[in-house]
Amino acid sequence: MTDEPLVRWDWIARNWANGGPTAISALLENHIVMAFLPVLFGLVVALPLGLACVRWRWLYQPTAALMNVTYSLPSLVLFSIFLSVTGLTRSTVVIPLTFFALAVLIPAVVDGLASVPDPVRQSAVAMGFRPARRLLRVELPVAVPVVLAGLRVATVSSISLVSVGALIGQGGLGNLFIDGWQRQFYTPIVVGIALIVLLAVLADGLLVLAQRLLTPWSRARRTA
Amino acid sequence: MITFEDVTKRYRDGTVAVDGLSLEASTGAITVFVGPSGCGKTTSLRMINRMIDATSGRITLDGQDVREIDPPTLRRGIGYVIQQAGLFPHRKIVDNVATVPYLLGWSKKKARSRAMELLELVGLDPALAGRFPFQLSGGQQQRVGVARALAADPPVLLMDEPFSAVDPIVRASLQDELLRLQLELRKTIVFVTHDIDEAVKLGDTVAVMRVGGRLAQMAGPATLLTEPADDFVREFLGRDRGIRRLSFISAKEMRLSPSPSDLVIDEDGRALGWRTADGLAAYGTFNPETDSLRVALDAALLSPNGTAVAVDEEGRVRGVAGRDSIDKLLGEYAPPATGPAPGGSGGGSSSGAGDSEGAPA
Repeated sequence: MTDEPLVRWDWIARNWANGGPTAISALLENHIVMAFLPVLFGLVVALPLGLACVRWRWLYQPTAALMNVTYSLPSLVLFSIFLSVTGLTRSTVVIPLTFFALAVLIPAVVDGLASVPDPVRQSAVAMGFRPARRLLRVELPVAVPVVLAGLRVATVSSISLVSVGALIGQGGLGNLFIDGWQRQFYTPIVVGIALIVLLAVLADGLLVLAQRLLTPWSRARRTA
Repeated sequence: MITFEDVTKRYRDGTVAVDGLSLEASTGAITVFVGPSGCGKTTSLRMINRMIDATSGRITLDGQDVREIDPPTLRRGIGYVIQQAGLFPHRKIVDNVATVPYLLGWSKKKARSRAMELLELVGLDPALAGRFPFQLSGGQQQRVGVARALAADPPVLLMDEPFSAVDPIVRASLQDELLRLQLELRKTIVFVTHDIDEAVKLGDTVAVMRVGGRLAQMAGPATLLTEPADDFVREFLGRDRGIRRLSFISAKEMRLSPSPSDLVIDEDGRALGWRTADGLAAYGTFNPETDSLRVALDAALLSPNGTAVAVDEEGRVRGVAGRDSIDKLLGEYAPPATGPAPGGSGGGSSSGAGDSEGAPA
């Protein structure tokens, strides 16, 4: 143990794609799926829910409170709650992470719509936009930078949180940590951390790129 | 023509924003609503295109009650310019201008070519068409706002303090531009401002409103300056009413004398200055065809001998107007003797104004 190097490259080479479910590449793939599904589901749910919260203001406070309570729960607690419903499956990780994503994305949608300057909304009304078209053509597009900023936070935190699922055997790259700890063997731990950070940086970079392409008009303003 | 018939707007908390407003905004003219904040001028404006609905009373547009028209349809037929321009930040300038044509279902090609025409009309470089609003200055954005309001050629234009967020120099040029456009377009314009000078400069008719949403006085700007209806209007108009009124009197009738020998003129007929013992002295000019009596008086005050130099549009000297000619014209346009008591601005440093205002009393 004492002369053990921090990283043993031969172990990585042997375990990158050994065909089994514990191959690093398989874990990476799993990790990506389990990190992105919650963000995707979160966005699909947060959009209508956020719109509803803007339309009916009274809805926002209780929704935000509920989401914040959920967010404050340790992920492990949520996993164990869902464990009794969905068992040792991916859903047990994906469903709680969806709630975490919602806690970030619903405020992002609400704040995004609130970021539409009043003169812009008013002139849209005065030009003769009907409400639905105003929402789709003016308010939502103008809200995009703020929503994307929320999406970046949700994505990065989702990528990092998936690893906790390792405790129920569904942690993607997080499984490497368990493996490393159990065997007092650093290499899997280092590989897990490096890949998770790389994944987060890459995903964040892609979202920044998307923001540049989607909202060339907002570049002068501070990048969120 | 836009008509307000006993229009009142009362909010649920009991606040009365507009109280029994009755007035007419003539077709093809600029009607200005002016007053301090809280006088209901913006509320009144927004009741025309139904961004706010009146509690009672009737607003008609060429005889038709606006409440009988579906709001979005009504609004597409009324241009609207807002204080902060309110351009859509995510759309290029050309598409901002083409907003209403798009809403009306024009083809993209037709809407865009119309937008390009309008950019030119409001004096913007067509190269700006592909930019986003944040890349334009405040004054340019405001011009785009005007172009956007005019895009579908609506007969009516509502302008809500459109020039109050830009600096004074840009504001003055936007105001001049609006007057120039209006000569060409003859729209029915309702213009809201809190700036009485802007109101007097732009309005064919000025409606002065007081807090609580009541009409204090409605008159042409010259009448307003000479015959304010009450103390509120007088106070709101501020100082120097007498001299400001001179802006509405043409200098065309000014009797000109031939230019005296001490005015040095070059071979092109342009003045170089007054000959004095110390050399050439400054002089002031006015163009009797286009300028007002105020400009003529100003020109006289700028010359050491109190004589204004009359020039044509090329700048060639056509004659001079001494204090006697100016005085005579001032006398002809003196306010009626039946007017209210003098405004009491006698202490002002501009002696000419004090004299003319005090004369009829």
